[in-house]
Amino acid sequence: MFSFFSVALLTATLRSAAPLVFAAMGGLLSERSGVTNIALEGFMLMGAFAAVAGAWFSGNPFVGLLVAIITGAVGGAIFAFWAISLRADQIVAGTAIVLLGLGLTSFLTEQIWGQAGGSPSVERLPSIGAGMNILLPFAYLLVPVTHWFLFRTKAGLRVLACGENPVAAQSVGIDVDRYRFAMVIASGVLASVGGAYLSIGDLSQFTTNMAAGRGFIALAAVIFGNWMPWGAMGAALLFGFAQALRYHVQALNLPISQDIIIALPYLLTLIAVTGLFRQSTPPAGVGKHPTGG
Amino acid sequence: MSALPRLTEPGFRGFRGRVGSVVPTLLSSLLAVAIALLAGGVVIALSGDNPIPAYQALLQGAFGGERAIGETLVMATPLILGGLAFAVAAQAGLFNIGIEGQMVVGGLLGGLMAAWDPGLPIFVHLPLALLAAMVGGGIWGFIPGFLKAKTGAHEVITTIMLNYLAYRISTVVIGNEGFPLVNPSLQATQPALETARLPKLLPGTRLHAGFLVALLAAVIVWYLLYRTAFGYRIRTVGLSRGASAYAGIPWGRTIALAMLLSGLLGGLGGAVDALGLQGRYYNVSLGIGFTSIAVGLVGRNQPFGVILSGLLFGALSSGATRMQNTAGISRDIVYVLLGFVILSVSAIAVAQQFRQARQAASRARAMTRDRAADDAGEPLVEPPPPPRTI
Repeated sequence: MFSFFSVALLTATLRSAAPLVFAAMGGLLSERSGVTNIALEGFMLMGAFAAVAGAWFSGNPFVGLLVAIITGAVGGAIFAFWAISLRADQIVAGTAIVLLGLGLTSFLTEQIWGQAGGSPSVERLPSIGAGMNILLPFAYLLVPVTHWFLFRTKAGLRVLACGENPVAAQSVGIDVDRYRFAMVIASGVLASVGGAYLSIGDLSQFTTNMAAGRGFIALAAVIFGNWMPWGAMGAALLFGFAQALRYHVQALNLPISQDIIIALPYLLTLIAVTGLFRQSTPPAGVGKHPTGG
Repeated sequence: MSALPRLTEPGFRGFRGRVGSVVPTLLSSLLAVAIALLAGGVVIALSGDNPIPAYQALLQGAFGGERAIGETLVMATPLILGGLAFAVAAQAGLFNIGIEGQMVVGGLLGGLMAAWDPGLPIFVHLPLALLAAMVGGGIWGFIPGFLKAKTGAHEVITTIMLNYLAYRISTVVIGNEGFPLVNPSLQATQPALETARLPKLLPGTRLHAGFLVALLAAVIVWYLLYRTAFGYRIRTVGLSRGASAYAGIPWGRTIALAMLLSGLLGGLGGAVDALGLQGRYYNVSLGIGFTSIAVGLVGRNQPFGVILSGLLFGALSSGATRMQNTAGISRDIVYVLLGFVILSVSAIAVAQQFRQARQAASRARAMTRDRAADDAGEPLVEPPPPPRTI
């Protein structure tokens, strides 16, 4: 039983949860500013692909990371333009971004490298030991930073105001659209870094649909964590633990089916959004525009 | 869901009103597709290929000859059913992103029922397999509808989670070595018996009776939505929850039933390929559930619009296979096109709303102007005193 909570399982949990934490913090910022963000999955895919493409063309994984950040910002700006400036339905626009992320990355993989399914392998980001890469500590550092930003800075409190009551925020002179735009771009960048973590951090190549629903899981972590940074991190760790446990079940001879463990995050989220554990309250102004449009 | 495009009610304004609203709707959907093809062409060009021969190959693959047209109809079949599933939910004001999962559950149950040999004739076994698919998909759609009605849980989150749960269940069932109806090494169910296969319609093509099922489903959905009290309740709830409550329509029950109907159509969409095309249910995601969202949106969530957009996306899908084989361009461009289609549809919907709002505003201004001109002679009532400012 002692081996159940082994160091290996702990580091595996931290490793599986890190990309979820990146995307979840992005999703949190966007949702807290009042923009429903199911586009995270698309941003993660774009980031994972862009990182590998950048690293492949330059030979340097840090250039890859930079390319991923830029791609995330561009993707975020496109989504923000539709969801905020055009006042298009945010879920419809988010679905489009997910499909674009899926389509563009697999299309370009085949066009650039001439092989379906994945890229050739590239150099990956440096490791800090125990299979953890250099991006990992930044994921967990991001949580207190996000908390401090949202609850301790003027800009952060304004973001919260935009999310809770956009009309009131507008009436006291806050440029709601601009704050939301910034937060959605931030969500694109962070989710994209989460994607880069997968492709040039954990692995050293891009494979088709490699985010495999992690963007949606990150959004679920935001909801599960009741739209709070520490809560979202806790949920991400729980989901990461479920993922890590999956590889340890066979090794540890646990009497649980692997399939149940894989299904656990989805089931937990399903239960969480129904408010069975506790109240789950989104920001009151999500999806509402300051001009009532 | 205010930006989900929706036709204004026909029937109220008579025949001219109907034609007047259908033509621009059709044009704007075509415009959205044209913009998407243009943007997709730019992506192809940027990736270093010539988009013109690529699109020529696509057109050839979609419409060049009997076989190609048959293939387009085959590809359109599950898309029409999925698009109808999306449309029904959207008419009730819900965004069903879970058609993928409903298709998985429906396809799995339909495939299992088709592989099972109870010794029944085709006119019993085939409907039974389709019914199993509808029940499975229906349950998978009803769950998020019920949860939303009871707890307010947002259907987008619950349906996404149910998609992944459906994949898991399907993987567990199909990977079960001891279960005689599945073939774990193929990741599929055992082949469907002849008595549960949707018969072929045209020799020389792969077209099967599933296409007729899809057309029939569209007619039934149209009838339900526009000619029954149930459909009226769905549409009222979708247009305004407040107004429907005022009219005494039970919101919760209506959306739960709408999701049941939506999931049922999705489940059917998951089974038609298994019973008509593949001959067994394969445990692979083809993304048809997500494509269905675009089909519904481009079809303006109208049953007959969905048929047209389903055919369009079916053509895109069958053409993309040819494009990959002859022009060497990855068929994944279809997903890129889908993304662009959805973006342009939603932008056009916004532009139309903006224009309608401006027209309404100018009508209102004209009315006040007319009234002001009428009243110019002698004021019948003393004008109210100007409001006092504090």
